[in-house]
Amino acid sequence: MELIWEGIKQAIWLLLNGDPEVLRITLLSLQVSTVATGVSLLVGIPLGTLLALARFPGRGLVVSLVNTGMGLPPVVVGLFVSILLWRSGPLGLLELLYTPTAIVIAQFVIALPIVTGLTLAAVQQIPPRFRLQILALGASRVQLLWVLLREARLPLLAAVMAGFGGVISEVGASMMVGGNIRGQTRVLTTATVLETGKGNFDVAIALSLLLLLITFLVNWALTWIQQRRRV
Amino acid sequence: MGLLAATPAQAQRSSLILATTTSTQDSGLLDVLVPLFEKKSGYTVKTIAVGTGQSLALGHRGEADVVLVHAPELELQYLAKGTLVNRRRVMHNDFVLVGPPADPAGIKGMKSAAGALKKIAERGALFLSRGDQSGTHDKEKSLWKAAGIAATGPWYIESGQGMGATLTIASEKGAYTLADRATYLAFKRRIQLVVLLEGDAALLNIYHVLEVSPARHPRVNAAGGKAFADFMLSAAAQEMIKTFGVGKYGEPLFFVGGG
Repeated sequence: MELIWEGIKQAIWLLLNGDPEVLRITLLSLQVSTVATGVSLLVGIPLGTLLALARFPGRGLVVSLVNTGMGLPPVVVGLFVSILLWRSGPLGLLELLYTPTAIVIAQFVIALPIVTGLTLAAVQQIPPRFRLQILALGASRVQLLWVLLREARLPLLAAVMAGFGGVISEVGASMMVGGNIRGQTRVLTTATVLETGKGNFDVAIALSLLLLLITFLVNWALTWIQQRRRV
Repeated sequence: MGLLAATPAQAQRSSLILATTTSTQDSGLLDVLVPLFEKKSGYTVKTIAVGTGQSLALGHRGEADVVLVHAPELELQYLAKGTLVNRRRVMHNDFVLVGPPADPAGIKGMKSAAGALKKIAERGALFLSRGDQSGTHDKEKSLWKAAGIAATGPWYIESGQGMGATLTIASEKGAYTLADRATYLAFKRRIQLVVLLEGDAALLNIYHVLEVSPARHPRVNAAGGKAFADFMLSAAAQEMIKTFGVGKYGEPLFFVGGG
């Protein structure tokens, strides 16, 4: 218990002093996970909407795959992305391994099924009759999509939160493809593992609390957007 | 966003990948050495601290440019394969056999590490192995071999984790374990484990730097790897290694030169 108290004190101290190392780690975590979540939204929302509205052979299988992917273990993603990015691997020429871009790629792979799956569920829960009504009112396809996504925006924001929460908190993939390099690819989760390994439990607790604080602030902002009085 | 814009060609020449054991990172030694090297050479170092077994494997595959490890026998195997070259001795310290202060197997006062392990096995006292192909695990296996014991049974458990985590688990479980002195000193005040055997010549822990052969792996940054290896043996680096940790622990964590 005393250790946790020490950790909290250490966290406050690190925050108040604006420790440059901690600041850099925190900003990188935010940057990497925001970009990864952003890209996964750009791909996952259209993909999820398509899966919700389209009917084609094998759709059930694809939906099952997406739903399975929502629980994709980060270490597995890390391993495969590492092998792809190795110098001897198919994407080796890009020299991306052990860079923040590599972490973005891995986190994108982790977040994509989450965003796709939740978008699918969000769009599908809108009654088909509603869709017919919109079309009957003379809406174009683009207008229909817009109205559907607007209608589904509460669960869609939940998809954003789940995607972001999934990637900012993962450690396995970031460790493997990023390498936890000081000043380059060290993020909050990998730094926590390192400090625990070094026996600096107070610093590790401080970093954990920072991670929780950031996740809370981001979710708070998203929840605020989500729960605003609906127009 | 600048994040995605790093050009591959630049990364190729100005950065190098160092694969190394966790003890050099966890002890904080690399935190002082790497910045000095970066300043002197202009290279950016990507330090991947993964343990000796994986470091050697990464170097062997050409996925790293230089490795800093501590498993002499394993290193020789890779030298024989020709993928790793120019092995040079950087520094040393020693392993210590640690255990609960009550010392249930009664090894305190013994001189031979292999003899002590034999006694632990005979008494069936709990022993925690790294079990992760690290340099420390490699040393432990060679000691069991010297003791003529096949280490299996309910008393022999494997953590599969780094030295720090293994010390913490051993402390919680009241188990014996083999530790490098640097990590033990760093953890000493947080764990209930004491040094029960030290000073046996078999417990010497030697760190070597090995370069990756550009003949076998044309895409490695051979010049960068060599520059780092040369730096580790330079007077400036050796001086830093020699004095590292004295201020914090009252004794050096690593030694240079013969011994």
